Amino acid sequence: MNAAPLLRVDQVAKVYPVPGGRLFAVDGVSFDIWPGEAVALVGESGSGKSTIGRCITHLEPVTSGRIDFMGHETTRMGEGAFRPLRRDVQIVFQDPKLSLNPRLKVRQTLAEPLLLHRVVQPRQLDAVLFDLLEMVSLDRRLLDRRPRELSGGQQQRVAIARAIATRPKLVVLDEPTASVDMSVRQQIIDLLARLKAELHMSYLFITHDLSTARSLCSRTIVLYLGRVVEIGHTVEIFVRPKHPYTRALVSSIPIPDPRTRKERLILPGETPSPMHRVVGCPLVGRCPYQMERCGQDPLPFVFLDPTAAADHAVACILYGPDTQRAPWEAVATPA
Amino acid sequence: MPELPLLDIDRLTIGYTPHHAREPVHVVRDVSFTVGRQEIVGLVGESGSGKTQTARAVLRMTTPPLQPLAGRIVLDGTDLLTLPEQSMRRVRGAKVAMIFQDPRSSLNPLMRIGDQLARVYTSHQRISQRAAWQEAIDMLRRVGIAGPARVARSYPHQLSGGMCQRVMIGLALGIRPALLIADEPTTGLDVTIQAQILELIQQTRAETGASILLITHDLGVIAETCQRVVVMFDGRIVEIATVEELFRNPMHPHTLRLLRATPGTPVSAHKPAETVVEEPGVGLRELAPGHFVLGHKLAQEIAR
Repeated sequence: MNAAPLLRVDQVAKVYPVPGGRLFAVDGVSFDIWPGEAVALVGESGSGKSTIGRCITHLEPVTSGRIDFMGHETTRMGEGAFRPLRRDVQIVFQDPKLSLNPRLKVRQTLAEPLLLHRVVQPRQLDAVLFDLLEMVSLDRRLLDRRPRELSGGQQQRVAIARAIATRPKLVVLDEPTASVDMSVRQQIIDLLARLKAELHMSYLFITHDLSTARSLCSRTIVLYLGRVVEIGHTVEIFVRPKHPYTRALVSSIPIPDPRTRKERLILPGETPSPMHRVVGCPLVGRCPYQMERCGQDPLPFVFLDPTAAADHAVACILYGPDTQRAPWEAVATPA
Repeated sequence: MPELPLLDIDRLTIGYTPHHAREPVHVVRDVSFTVGRQEIVGLVGESGSGKTQTARAVLRMTTPPLQPLAGRIVLDGTDLLTLPEQSMRRVRGAKVAMIFQDPRSSLNPLMRIGDQLARVYTSHQRISQRAAWQEAIDMLRRVGIAGPARVARSYPHQLSGGMCQRVMIGLALGIRPALLIADEPTTGLDVTIQAQILELIQQTRAETGASILLITHDLGVIAETCQRVVVMFDGRIVEIATVEELFRNPMHPHTLRLLRATPGTPVSAHKPAETVVEEPGVGLRELAPGHFVLGHKLAQEIAR
């Protein structure tokens, strides 16, 4: 049993200066990822989920807060100090057409991280490359192709192979299935699930597509406007969402089963501009359960019934030590 | 006698003849289906299955060089494919409206939202500019836009994708169409915004009585919005059924593949794919009332 989390994100904020003010992309986000765990980071466009992924992989400095990876604080490291850690934290981007170098053959793309981090001796390279391709179910004859000669699904497999080449401890997956066709999407998810089990990696799975998060991740973090509104076991988040925003998000997913007729919470309006920082709950103005205090104070996390679902926490004024049930949940539900 | 459907597409083939070839290339082959009055019909298939071109053919707006080569598209008793261009413009302006996947690129970037809407009213009825502007603001309010007067003075780039799609729906409703064609209207929008737009589309049908042809690749959207489904694959219709029937008893192997690629489909999607077997040269067969399957023989018939 590991006593320390692989990754600890603590009160991380990222503020971009923009013409006319500041943009609060990420505003005080905290969570842990444990070894071997797959965590989903879900939210809609502009919620700050990709920015968090970029901060974790040291592609972007944080404005405040700290990130600890494998026991090292990375937030104050320069690029040189972080480089030895880079082989342990890799990232797969949304669109392989953009993230793969179009001029490099698959062989060169995959060899680069292996040689750079001195994971293999050059003479063993071919054997390792064959292994790598086999792991992502690609034919070894594709080694001499360039990205444009591959299908979208094959390209994304190459991007995944590149990310796992150095056997990282953590892979940040930033919408890895958003750019592929429906039928390929499930294959990529299956591949990621298999690789995680084989290589004992942790994932931070960034997505707006909640149903894919559901099939891959044991825990889910829900972001809204740069803040964590709810965090808990994926099943709990889906079946018993607590935060009104989570409920709206989950109930908005169209269910491909005409027999299901569910109650839907449709929030009025749209996500407000992250240029205006809100003091209290970010959902103020759209929330049907809004109270006067919601907009006034920063909301603490309330941990829900630790006996039923460990680590289920929600930043909402509806909950407290005495009130653990959501207002839309039937009173008759036995505990 | 049953009421005639609003739209009757009959053996439609779309294609073109490349200059070096003798035979035309077909992207849509022998497609037949109907859209009833006040009905929402879903047209589903993967990219390249021909669903968009089929829908565009209703407006005679197939992407050149593609054009309808055979068949009929009958709207309210009139075959649109033989109509002179002059009359076709009236159909486009007054009977059939279409909204597209990327609403921002369907709006004029140089014109204020209110002016684009007002132009719909001034070109279809005798109405003053001032009254048309007021109608435009009313329409923006009807499609759920907060602060309609302010939005009317905005340009498309100042609005979010969800707002632009609302404006597009407002534009389409401005002409009170009998048929609204929506081509992937929520693809690229966030799920909570998608829920808003789908609700608006259903509300539209309830209020105006318009029939809706909804093109999508998302079976979840189909299940929640439509009454009947047309499944296309490789330019052909492979299956037509009511939504309940399609999800309960999918027959064509391709429909099964689509269902299986969608997380959360009911158990029936996991039945073996041997239900029907390919039988070339045979068109759609009605295997159960209202349930049509392409050129396929029931496996048990073959076993006999």
